[in-house]
Amino acid sequence: MAVIKKKKDKALPAVNTSALPDIVFMLLFFFMVATVMREVDLKVAVNKPQATEIQKLERKSLVTYIYAGAPRQKYQDKFGKAPRIQLNDAFASIDDVQAFVIQEREAKSEEERPMMTMSIKADKSVKMGLITDIKLQLRKAQALKINYSSLQPKNVDALYSSEN
Amino acid sequence: MARNKRAIPEINAGSMADIAFLLLIFYLVTTTMDTDKGINRKLPPYDEELVQDPPPIKERNIFTVLVNSNDQLLVEDEYLEISQLRAKAMEFIDNNGDGSCEHCKGYGMSNSSDNPDKAVISLQNDRGTSYGMYVKVQNELVAAYEDLRDQLAERDYGRSYREMDPEEDEEIIKEIKNAYPQKISEAEPLNIGG
Repeated sequence: MAVIKKKKDKALPAVNTSALPDIVFMLLFFFMVATVMREVDLKVAVNKPQATEIQKLERKSLVTYIYAGAPRQKYQDKFGKAPRIQLNDAFASIDDVQAFVIQEREAKSEEERPMMTMSIKADKSVKMGLITDIKLQLRKAQALKINYSSLQPKNVDALYSSEN
Repeated sequence: MARNKRAIPEINAGSMADIAFLLLIFYLVTTTMDTDKGINRKLPPYDEELVQDPPPIKERNIFTVLVNSNDQLLVEDEYLEISQLRAKAMEFIDNNGDGSCEHCKGYGMSNSSDNPDKAVISLQNDRGTSYGMYVKVQNELVAAYEDLRDQLAERDYGRSYREMDPEEDEEIIKEIKNAYPQKISEAEPLNIGG
């Protein structure tokens, strides 16, 4: 018995790790493909509202985002706490929206323009006055396809409770 | 020849895994997998001049939803909770007052809509209404239509409308959409309590 045991100890082979780089590369390529790098630096705090009847936004390249919400903590000294609009990486006023939409549309190819979608990412505490102004500007800019960005609630009953 | 061959050293690939790991971790950290989702809506085109003489719609065919600056709902002159809105809207759309809608299961009340084709939901909010509440109301109204379509699809095709494939079941979806056309109109918001 003792002899056999000794033999087993000696026979323990090293784990073959030569396939490890391949596996890692596979994962790497997956993440490289799946990554969307164009994330803007959010300057406004956006706590999205919740909804159940939501649809996925296909083709990210056709979507233009408009953010609205109270400025984040570090910008509050300069911009105050009142909800503001953010376009791309900067704060903007309501009058800039129309020009921004037109400029975004110009950047897209002719056949893609009618499919352009405006995604409104607004905080749920923002007053409708601001959102209505944005909507009016969008209508003036002929950007009629919009999407109210919202989250799927984890618990549907929470949708009807008063604090949400 | 033999000497030459021996002189070429093998490239050490031992650290390749490390480099790949480094890149992998970088992409892992920077990736945001969040898929953007939201309620799709269409805005009416902007007209400089207001439309003269909008086509008359019978009072019974309009389902008015008002939201004030305190996020309270007034539906058909009645105070309502958000949880009741969907059922109320479905009752209105599915009412079938003139009996022309064959797939409707409504009560046929004389003070509610004629048929889903004529039924219009009119939504008006205040400038002080919170966006969260607005989305919730929109959600309930869209859900009312989707629920009705779901019921119809279940009856006619034994399947759920929400789970149909937009390409495969294009015809069915079109038909069901026509059976319950979504008519939600938004009025200019009021500015009472800002």
